[in-house]
Amino acid sequence: MNTLKLDLENYRDLLDEYIRTKDERALYQAEQFSKQSMQQNISPEEIINVHLRSLQELYPELPDYILDSFDFLMETMMSYGLAYQEFQALREKQLELKSEIAVAANMQKTLLSTVKPEMEGVDIGALSVPARQMNGDYHHFVVDDEGSLGVAVADVIGKGVPAALCMSMIKYAMDSFPELRMDPKYILGSLNRVVERNVDSNMFITMMYCMYNTESSTLTYASAGHEPGFYYHKEKDEFEEISAPGLVLGVSADAMYEQYERKMDKGDMLVLLTDGVTECRKGDDFIEQEEILEVIREYKHLSSQEIVESVYKYFERLQDFQLRDDFTLIVLKRDV
Amino acid sequence: MSDQSCVYIKKEWDIVAARQMGRDIATQVGFKTVDQARIATAISELARNIYLYAGAGKICFEAIETVQKKGITIKATDEGPGISDLAQVMEDGYSTSGGLGAGLPGVKRLMDEFDIISKSGEGTTIESTKWLR
Ligand SMILES: Nc1ncnc2c1ncn2[C@@H]1O[C@H](COP(=O)(O)OP(=O)(O)O)[C@@H](O)[C@H]1O
Ligand SMILES: [Mg+2]
Repeated sequence: MNTLKLDLENYRDLLDEYIRTKDERALYQAEQFSKQSMQQNISPEEIINVHLRSLQELYPELPDYILDSFDFLMETMMSYGLAYQEFQALREKQLELKSEIAVAANMQKTLLSTVKPEMEGVDIGALSVPARQMNGDYHHFVVDDEGSLGVAVADVIGKGVPAALCMSMIKYAMDSFPELRMDPKYILGSLNRVVERNVDSNMFITMMYCMYNTESSTLTYASAGHEPGFYYHKEKDEFEEISAPGLVLGVSADAMYEQYERKMDKGDMLVLLTDGVTECRKGDDFIEQEEILEVIREYKHLSSQEIVESVYKYFERLQDFQLRDDFTLIVLKRDV
Repeated sequence: MSDQSCVYIKKEWDIVAARQMGRDIATQVGFKTVDQARIATAISELARNIYLYAGAGKICFEAIETVQKKGITIKATDEGPGISDLAQVMEDGYSTSGGLGAGLPGVKRLMDEFDIISKSGEGTTIESTKWLR
């Protein structure tokens, strides 16, 4: 079927055909008219006008009150046309914003990118997926002169653009720290002062900072109100929650952080995460900690990167492929 | 500004009088019903703003006839509180009507030319023209 232009002649002929035959074909054409008119920004009052003029041509004897009623109808339809035009304008604006945010998200990715180090004796896996376009989670790897590995995982309370902007600041603060002193408690203390000075008081950042010394196989960690991680003891085949007391970053300028130390045995595993992992939902319920550990346990024989990816796939599917919060998962395994 | 006709806006029903006068002039200029309805809607929006936000003011009309083109100019004037952020009121979606597409951006769409001058505390003048095609 050829498509018709919404002009008076076409409309009149179709209307005529419909009135004479009551044919569905004419109605189908009317539907096509309707779509095309919207595409061409033809407003309802214009369609009413075309309808009226068609009637006048088809039935020259039409009484005045019928004709007048169309003026009334036209006035009644005015707001619909205006609302539709506004909707179109807002839609275009939304598309613009969307592509702007996509550019910003890309930029953020570049700004916050961290290279996962390849190191003897430790197998690292990391994955961070934003719920929306921009990520409010952040993780960062650094290796110091003595061969110690530093790992930071952070989460801004909040999502989207403001959270992402906030994270960029954290990254630059961390980059500016002298590389000699990587004690977790020192790092959290310094970051806390940066955040306290520079970020709005209703924006909070939590962070867990771990340092792994490959020579002595010791793990040192401190936390600023961050979601607890897990420690897997291979020998006992058990998971243990690991956390450390400490205020969320930015609350008080003189917050102090404590750090804890433990020895990592061969095959032991450290799991760091953000609440996007622990607050995954099944329908309306949060998942239980047991379930997270079960899933990790199921994949623990894989390489660290395979573990984080498999766990992510599992939870992504559980939530119908729609993350509700930014999801970051890091696994460190001592492999020699 | 030779043959200007004005309607003073003080009560809500004055909006109707403004529409009527605008429609009559538009008809004389030669506008057909669809455009008449658009012009009347624009007048309503401007007059209602005067009534709601300035309390009082006037709407004046001018038929424009030159050799090249014909049209109608609506001029809404008041000495009310004025509009401090013009960019904001001209933004789609700002109007308190929310989603009706009306308000000042709607007037701009209904007409061909649109101009506002407003000063906080001194009042608002809006001039808008539609050309006959
Ligand atoms: N004549 C006026 N005097 C003072 N303020 C006005 C005037 N006209 C409009 N405004 C202000 O501009 C805003 C937007 O006006 P408008 O686009 O007509 O939308 P709405 O009237 O639905 O809010 C109004 O809410 C009002 O604050
Ligand atoms: Mg208004």
